[in-house]
Amino acid sequence: MFAAALIVFRESLEASLIISIMAAATLGIASRGRWIAAGILAGLAGAALVASSMGLISDMASGVGQELFNAGILILAVGMLAWHNIWMSIHGREMAAQAKSTARAIHDGSRERSVIFMVVALAVLREGSETVLFLYGLATSSEDGLRNTVGGGLSGLAAGLLVGGLLYAGLLRIPLRWFFSITGVFVLLLAASMASQAARFLIQADLLPSLGAPLWDSSGLLSQTSAAGTLLHGLIGYEAQPAGMQIVFYVAVVLAITAGMRWVNSRGPVRNSAQPA
Amino acid sequence: MKRLLSIALLSFAATTAFAAADEFTLTIKDHAFEPKEITIPAGKKIKLLVVNKDATPAEFESKPLGREKVIAGNSTGTVNIGPLKPGRYPFVEEYHENDAAAQGTIVVK
Repeated sequence: MFAAALIVFRESLEASLIISIMAAATLGIASRGRWIAAGILAGLAGAALVASSMGLISDMASGVGQELFNAGILILAVGMLAWHNIWMSIHGREMAAQAKSTARAIHDGSRERSVIFMVVALAVLREGSETVLFLYGLATSSEDGLRNTVGGGLSGLAAGLLVGGLLYAGLLRIPLRWFFSITGVFVLLLAASMASQAARFLIQADLLPSLGAPLWDSSGLLSQTSAAGTLLHGLIGYEAQPAGMQIVFYVAVVLAITAGMRWVNSRGPVRNSAQPA
Repeated sequence: MKRLLSIALLSFAATTAFAAADEFTLTIKDHAFEPKEITIPAGKKIKLLVVNKDATPAEFESKPLGREKVIAGNSTGTVNIGPLKPGRYPFVEEYHENDAAAQGTIVVK
């Protein structure tokens, strides 16, 4: 029962942090709650599907199908987060002004809603498929049986959601002037972290050289399996023993998204958003 | 620059082809690893074949190696490892990582 709680907590924590950051970063977009909920449901359905065909996926692409699949999901999510951040750097101030008076909806937020949906669905899909497999394995193999597994799984899920909820509540307390800059930094680091994980799968598939494996080892300083290490891994992609290529991907994504945000901002003020904050 | 790139690509392809020769097998049965310790050469790429003889899925995971792979029940997964520096690299079967039987080590010499 404890094993079930722990694993589900760890997997749901990562998804929960991503959802909380997205929910905070899209504050003020009309009916974003419904899009988040739809994303979670789609992600869960996808996770069940992926889990049931994991053997098939693994055998594809001469044995590295699973690695390519995981890297693909992560890269897609990085792309959506990049687009989100660049879009928000234009519309963030506009929405900051309207966030507190929810009467008016952002009329061109419709594309942003599909980004919310996709990012949430992909996060749940990726973390969820491992969880589904684990619970299936535990329920059929252990003496604990189904009831204890479900009980443990649910308490792990509740704990994961609680930490995500605390993060969301914390983000909401940030003064509005800084709110979109700070959530933007969170989304940026989240994208970089996902890119670094994608690099890890591509190294594992033997498609990329590792460039130093590991490049450094800080596990003595902060173990990745400790509570703080797990949280930092979910938030900014902390790894105690990263490969050099992961750092290259991380830094490249940070630079690319930052450059994209600068570029759209330098193209001149967008209507209604030119007033100083 | 172009020549440098093609040399890099060629040597990369060469090491990849070379790596296919070295294969090591790790078996999972009743959520236990056999053998618990595998010794591999330093500075070389190897393929680790993880054979899951249980009916339920297993996940080979190693934080020090930066590897994680789900292996379906009664099937075999391939995990590419290395080139590595000499040392000890622990791994676990993530779904049962607290059981001593589901923990093992790759020794690089």
